[in-house]
Amino acid sequence: MSPFRARSEAGAATLRLLAVAIIAALVGAAVVALLVNISERKAEARNPFFRVVELDDDTDDPAIWGKNFPLQYDHYIRTVDQVRTRFGGSEAMPRTPTDADPRSVVSQSRLEEDPRLVTMWNGYAFAVDFREERGHAYMLEDQAFTERQQVVNQPGTCANCHASLHVVYKRLGDGDVFAGFERLNQMPYSEARQYLEHPVSCIDCHDSQTMQLRVTRPAFLEGIRALKASQGIPDYDPNTMATRQEMRAFVCGQCHVEYYFKGPEKRLVYPWAKGIKIEQIQAYYDEAGFHDWLHADTGAPVLKAQHPEFEMWNQGIHARSGVACADCHMPYERVGALKISDHHVRSPLLNVAKACQTCHRWTEEELKARAEQIQERTFLMRGRAMDALVQLIGDLKAAREAGRSDAELALARQLQRQAQFRLDFIEAENSMGFHAPGEALRILGEAIDLAREGQLAVRDPDYQPTFRNQAAAPQPPSQTAAVPAAALTQLAAAPPAP
Amino acid sequence: MRTRSLIATVAAGLIGAVAGIGIFTFGYAKGASYLTNDPKACANCHVMEEQFSGWITASHRGVAVCNDCHTPPGFVAKYAVKALNGWNHSRAFTLGNFHEPIRITGLNRRVTQAACRNCHGEIVAAIDARPAAHTGPLDCIDCHRNVGHLH
Repeated sequence: MSPFRARSEAGAATLRLLAVAIIAALVGAAVVALLVNISERKAEARNPFFRVVELDDDTDDPAIWGKNFPLQYDHYIRTVDQVRTRFGGSEAMPRTPTDADPRSVVSQSRLEEDPRLVTMWNGYAFAVDFREERGHAYMLEDQAFTERQQVVNQPGTCANCHASLHVVYKRLGDGDVFAGFERLNQMPYSEARQYLEHPVSCIDCHDSQTMQLRVTRPAFLEGIRALKASQGIPDYDPNTMATRQEMRAFVCGQCHVEYYFKGPEKRLVYPWAKGIKIEQIQAYYDEAGFHDWLHADTGAPVLKAQHPEFEMWNQGIHARSGVACADCHMPYERVGALKISDHHVRSPLLNVAKACQTCHRWTEEELKARAEQIQERTFLMRGRAMDALVQLIGDLKAAREAGRSDAELALARQLQRQAQFRLDFIEAENSMGFHAPGEALRILGEAIDLAREGQLAVRDPDYQPTFRNQAAAPQPPSQTAAVPAAALTQLAAAPPAP
Repeated sequence: MRTRSLIATVAAGLIGAVAGIGIFTFGYAKGASYLTNDPKACANCHVMEEQFSGWITASHRGVAVCNDCHTPPGFVAKYAVKALNGWNHSRAFTLGNFHEPIRITGLNRRVTQAACRNCHGEIVAAIDARPAAHTGPLDCIDCHRNVGHLH
């Protein structure tokens, strides 16, 4: 072997060894990286919670809770997002701030989108300003600065659902939540506003020590007690008697409901003592002789429906299957090895994979198309009902101007009240029919019929409306006919047995 | 020569260190559990927690574990499928970029479908002999989706 060749072979062997060393080092680095990753995942799975601050029943600042629960807080603050869906959601619209209203961004005006709403609400503050709802983060300012505040002196009752209130109730009632609730209701809104600091926050739905869900709103506690009493369950208290899954809907039902201000003390009341279906709520209001305002064009004593999401969900297939609000609006999300519920509360249509695909094994496009098909059908019927109502209002207005007496118009006004409340129930509800598609179309169908009957009643003083003598739906003929109606309605609120 | 033996020593040391770290990582990550049939191993990383707790309450818990339905029969085929899924799962869990809720792949669905017929072949033979209006074999889990575990 020549010395030259020997040296070059020795050099090649050195290079080979060097390459082996480098590869071994790289593999070693990769394995250590994997080891660290596994270790991190294990740590995540072991301890999801580090208590860095002490929370108590008076901590209403969500940022403080956020120190212990940074992942949930990070989601929560994202409710500032403004995103449109096909039939809902909000779009950020720039505006020039004024002294009365310093907001530089608002959402789109629903009154501009559909001027028929102005006719429907004529004489009421909603005919002046009504915009698409924005995320939870905006509840304080959107309530404080709506033009409705400038045309009507609103009561403190409004604040019940436009702020974090648990601590405020306690402060106003010297520790007694119900006393604080009563004081707040009797204040003018301008006075109540001084006490409001945060939008709905952790403490409104969670116990500060156990993080368990709990209902803090007195109006819901009273409302659900009245509802359960009507179904034969006395002294119902969701905080001790509801299942966890029920609570995942009840905490949302604290605010996303139909309500009214009862009596001179303006007590916030959820009108469920006869049940939570539209005709049961209507019957409650009729019996109480309540009206929100007298319609400016017709003089009819009409009602304003407000976001009855909880009521409509209760009539739908998802409620019947035991699916709660949080399952779709706050679906579980994996963060590393942790599973948390998404506190960025929003439309499931913006999060189809996590909201729907947990149960429904279709593509995101297909699921979205299905939801939008339901919404489109509701939207079309809503338009027909709106036309019918506006025409009834036009007929009534003309008859009134022609000097027809109140007695002659009483029936038509009553029909306007009925039609209008039904239409508004669907219009104000934030799902465009999705929460209960069949129920939404039934209610709109009735609204159209009632409005047209109202027109007939204007034309013919002897007209006998058919809506009062509708036969009840037939009962099933077999043994199931023995099931009392109360047991059936209960089913819709409670998750089914496994 | 001195340089070479120095490099050889370093390389050998590195290889030894990598082997050591590798063995430790394997043990730390409960690597050996993946070679068993224990269903708990499938929920080691918690992603399969729901499927695992669903299996505990489902009708097949007494007669089949995860591997009975999710791996094919035969040593080589079984460990080939285990290795492929093991690679895919650890890559997904390490990088975190996977679709949720998790979805079964085509291959794994075929494995499961074959497993149904492996036990229930006699019962479904009559169903398979249906009129030729349909094409392709019927898929058991289209209808019996939750027999193994809830979804």
